Amino acid sequence: MLTAGLDIGSRTIALVAWDGSQTVREEVVDTGSDPYRSAFGLLAGQAYDRLVATGYGRHLAVERSLACEVITEIKAYALGAYHLYPDVQTVLDVGGQDTKVIVVRPGGGASQFEMNDRCAAGTGRFLENMARALGMDVAGFAAHALEADGMPVRLSSTCAVFAESEAVSLIGRGEDSRRVALGIHRAIATRLAGMVRRVGPRERCVFAGGGALNPCLRQLLEGELGLPLSVPADPQTVGALGAALYAFTRP
Amino acid sequence: MTTDYHAMWQELGLNMPQHDTLMAALPAIFGNVYLGQPQRPQGMGYYDFVVSEIHGLRVKELVDHKAKGGKVFGNFCVYVPEEVILAAGGVAVGLCGGADFSVPVAEQLLPRNTCALIKSAVGFKLGGTCPYFQVSDLIVGETTCDGKKKTWEILDEYVPTYVMDLPNSRTEADRALWIGELKRFVDKVEAVTGNRVTTESLGDAVQLVNRKRAALQRLFDLRKARPSPISGLDALLPVQISFYDDPVRFTQKLDELCNELEERVRAGRGVAPASARRILYSGTPMPIPFWTIASLIEATGAVLVAEESCTGTRLLAGGQTAMPGGGLAAQLAALANRQLQTNCACFTPNDGRTDDILRMVDEYQADGVIHFSLSFCAPYNLEAVRVRQALQKAGVPVLVLDGDYSEEQAGQLKTRIEAFVETL
Repeated sequence: MLTAGLDIGSRTIALVAWDGSQTVREEVVDTGSDPYRSAFGLLAGQAYDRLVATGYGRHLAVERSLACEVITEIKAYALGAYHLYPDVQTVLDVGGQDTKVIVVRPGGGASQFEMNDRCAAGTGRFLENMARALGMDVAGFAAHALEADGMPVRLSSTCAVFAESEAVSLIGRGEDSRRVALGIHRAIATRLAGMVRRVGPRERCVFAGGGALNPCLRQLLEGELGLPLSVPADPQTVGALGAALYAFTRP
Repeated sequence: MTTDYHAMWQELGLNMPQHDTLMAALPAIFGNVYLGQPQRPQGMGYYDFVVSEIHGLRVKELVDHKAKGGKVFGNFCVYVPEEVILAAGGVAVGLCGGADFSVPVAEQLLPRNTCALIKSAVGFKLGGTCPYFQVSDLIVGETTCDGKKKTWEILDEYVPTYVMDLPNSRTEADRALWIGELKRFVDKVEAVTGNRVTTESLGDAVQLVNRKRAALQRLFDLRKARPSPISGLDALLPVQISFYDDPVRFTQKLDELCNELEERVRAGRGVAPASARRILYSGTPMPIPFWTIASLIEATGAVLVAEESCTGTRLLAGGQTAMPGGGLAAQLAALANRQLQTNCACFTPNDGRTDDILRMVDEYQADGVIHFSLSFCAPYNLEAVRVRQALQKAGVPVLVLDGDYSEEQAGQLKTRIEAFVETL
């Protein structure tokens, strides 16, 4: 049997195919402006015995007959993280447009969770916008921040939109752009750490989502939380993996 | 609505184009949420009818009541006693806002960080889209939360608003204060209606309202059955409508519905399988037409089995009002005693509410609790901290949410509610 999990996010769509013992396919594409089209394209040419959708666009997938069932990203990330780290206790997922912290029970079920999907200032989108404002891609922006020698420059704006112009004007006034970049990462890390503390940080914390690809963010979070973070080889597909695994266990 | 009420609405001074927009939108919303449900009891037909006539038939009845010299009292809280209003030949009408429609017009005046209930209600008055506001001879407010307290000052400039001073605590001194407020309210109602509140008329009114309360209690008791004979969405309608329908007719129709539900319970017939997850709602009220939370819960396949809120069992706190001899003073004291058992978060301390919630988890065999309070509602959002702790300590799964009436944040609530039900 071949199952698949489709995680339709606001920025990326991930697909993981599972054959009962291993992952046979793992792919991430941009959602673009037409999630259905992008998801359809991803699925073209391969049939799956069962496909479960998760993420922001999960109901759309079922409505348009791409998937037979949905589970929330909470359940999917918990299952995916549990598969990769059987001793997982907390999952921190930093996505393009939302972030979440999930407490995982033994066995992989989610118990508590906190979500931030109302404010962009703690999400991947914020980092992307800031990087672009400074003329870099996110990877370059993170590397730039890591080069900072000295204290991070604090931004006063909490709003993702205003913070952009604040950062640009700081650099215009002669502030070291590396320290500004570090300050931006620091602002997000503080927000995220606050969220983790609300559910209670625990020893085995898995860092997933696109945000986990950012070494500067990881370093700052580990510092703030006083915990090492476990980052999977492919942090953006943890949800799709969870959905594929779930699909396999359905009767 | 088959009758054309435009002339009546015009006469009441409504903003006709805006009101027409609202009236055009409601049937589709109601249809989407309500009419697709399986196994709806026959008795829901009356409530569907009432909703279809939401600004029609009942408003006409109130207009006719006023034409005969009768008075209408709009209010926003279960502490404002319908019994006293009825005793003077008046009619009580609940004006709590439950629609996002009227919020934007309120936001032209009120701070955006005010709860949606207040913004919706004020918006209905400011925007001229609520005939119930227009037929009210007096608006009765209360000093419950800070939001309402300061809103009455503003609303009073648009429509005469009388404020009852509800105490912050429930000591003997507070009890005496509240009884004093009930006496002062009697005086006000007499002045407005031109009728006396007598021992007899208050006794009759208490009995009438007691019968309504008994019928509502029957509805809630029947929802304890497993499987539940009625959906949470359906059960919510009579509760919401109880705030403005004619109390005698309402009671009769609700008893008919309950008879049908009793048959269902006897036959073991439910609206969902016995294995469906059972959810208890706790928090701020869900005034008509705020159906979002109930709808999202039941869309997951779970059943909303009860609500610990003023559109729920808090409305029935204290049970039947006692009817002592000894005259008006004793009657008002009995009324106060019954009312003060309503564990609203505007009181401190309010530990009785946590006890209520835990007891309801048991009585309704709830698998989990969803606590929802409107954003910017300090009393309920802050009380949720200790409610959550108490539930976690008792090993009861709990999800704490806040939000408003908007479509936009319904998507965010949907994910959280779905995820919570998945964990049960």
